[in-house]
Amino acid sequence: MAMTEQEILAGLGEIIDEIAGVPADQVTPDKTFIDDLDIDSLSMVEIAVAAQDKFGVEIPDEELKNLKTVQDVVVFVQRSGVSA
Amino acid sequence: MGTDQATVVVTGLGATTPLGGDVDSTWQALLAGRSGVRPLTQEWAKELPARIVAAAVVDPATVLDRVQARRLDRCEQFALVAAREAWADAGAPQVEPERLGVAVSSGIGGVASTLAAYDTLNTKGWQRLSPYTVPMLMPNGSAGWISIELGARAGVHTTVSACASGAESIAYAIEMIRSGRADIVMAGGTEAAIIPLNIAAFAAMRALSTRNDEPQRASRPFDKGRDGFVLGEGAAMLVLESAAHASRRGARVHAVAAGFGYSSDAHHIAQPAPDGKGLVRAMTQALADAGLSAEQVVHVNAHATSTPAGDVVEAQAIAAALGEAASGAVVSATKSMTGHLLGGAGALESVAAILALRECVAPPTTNLDDLDDDIDIDIATEPRPLRRRGSAPMAALNNSFGFGGHNVALAFAAA
Repeated sequence: MAMTEQEILAGLGEIIDEIAGVPADQVTPDKTFIDDLDIDSLSMVEIAVAAQDKFGVEIPDEELKNLKTVQDVVVFVQRSGVSA
Repeated sequence: MGTDQATVVVTGLGATTPLGGDVDSTWQALLAGRSGVRPLTQEWAKELPARIVAAAVVDPATVLDRVQARRLDRCEQFALVAAREAWADAGAPQVEPERLGVAVSSGIGGVASTLAAYDTLNTKGWQRLSPYTVPMLMPNGSAGWISIELGARAGVHTTVSACASGAESIAYAIEMIRSGRADIVMAGGTEAAIIPLNIAAFAAMRALSTRNDEPQRASRPFDKGRDGFVLGEGAAMLVLESAAHASRRGARVHAVAAGFGYSSDAHHIAQPAPDGKGLVRAMTQALADAGLSAEQVVHVNAHATSTPAGDVVEAQAIAAALGEAASGAVVSATKSMTGHLLGGAGALESVAAILALRECVAPPTTNLDDLDDDIDIDIATEPRPLRRRGSAPMAALNNSFGFGGHNVALAFAAA
């Protein structure tokens, strides 16, 4: 069963809070990871691995660099969920 | 010291140790003769021959921001905690980033993180390794993190020389300021290696005390009954500054970082040369470099780890280096209380030597019940007042020696 956008957003908020110390309520769809949330590329790798575990999706390295905003990840997880 | 070189002073101190989470609590415990050594009660220690350690009193992960703590090896956490204290103690000086340097080292580096990462690799695969694994295991990680925190851009250095690492970093920092590369350098050492492999490996060398039934009496430098060192952990940092810069900003000066001496034994990878000539050279060079006479040396914080071979060689070397003036130098072996912080030792003992000069009191050497017959120096077993001889300022030496044959002596003078 595919997760709703809200569920993915909430899950992502928990991950980013844990790994990067950004409060979950700041993790809104329009935010960019690097400029808005001040997350570096090393932490993005950690977040991606945690997101793979949490959402049961595969995020290939070549895809990771395209995920610039929170919304990008939400959409990616939703699409992966549909195709899975 | 040439007249064209800057005089270097100590304007900040920081420490987190087996005796306290800061400099003041550590110093008070040293004066009180308190031991930081405790039994290891963990299941993993049961089969080890040495089951006593001097763990840090304050877990650095509880002091740092949660996210920062998870990216740092424990040795880096200690270093950052001590550096923050030292920086605050120095009055958080305004300094151009290009004139601020860092010289901080560890004898071993992030060994706990290395082993944990290896377990992760074997059980969960490479994808589950933290992307911060490399910065956690590299020995220069502590120096790098401190430079980022302080915005230090004059240069970041890590002088790895086993148990002399902390002292060598301080010497390197003095050189950086003298040569004009920096006005201020954060210098010190850190270690966090109380883990099964490390204890087992030192035990395999028969280097550790196995006085498991009497933890607080196990570290007994210069005593006949000494049987090895007790592993400690923690960090200590000094803010070193050119005297001119410190004077311009009206900084409080703890002591003068007067000079240093290096030598190497080229004898054995893990044993001191029995003639102690390398140690003597390090001490005499430190005094010459500092422009100090042996008569000015009222205090020596000895390396004295409580090993059978090392303590005697050092005691005899102190006597030889100071000659007739040795009788006026009060020697303290603070590892009797702190255990051996390895790469952190030289920095912590420099802090102790500086405070001894500032407060005019030498901390005690505990557990010295029965002095080794081959040792003839004046060792404080109680806190001992320090008084200058003649009109010249009081001075103190701090010795540090490391596996590999490294000998480093630092000379401090009263401000």
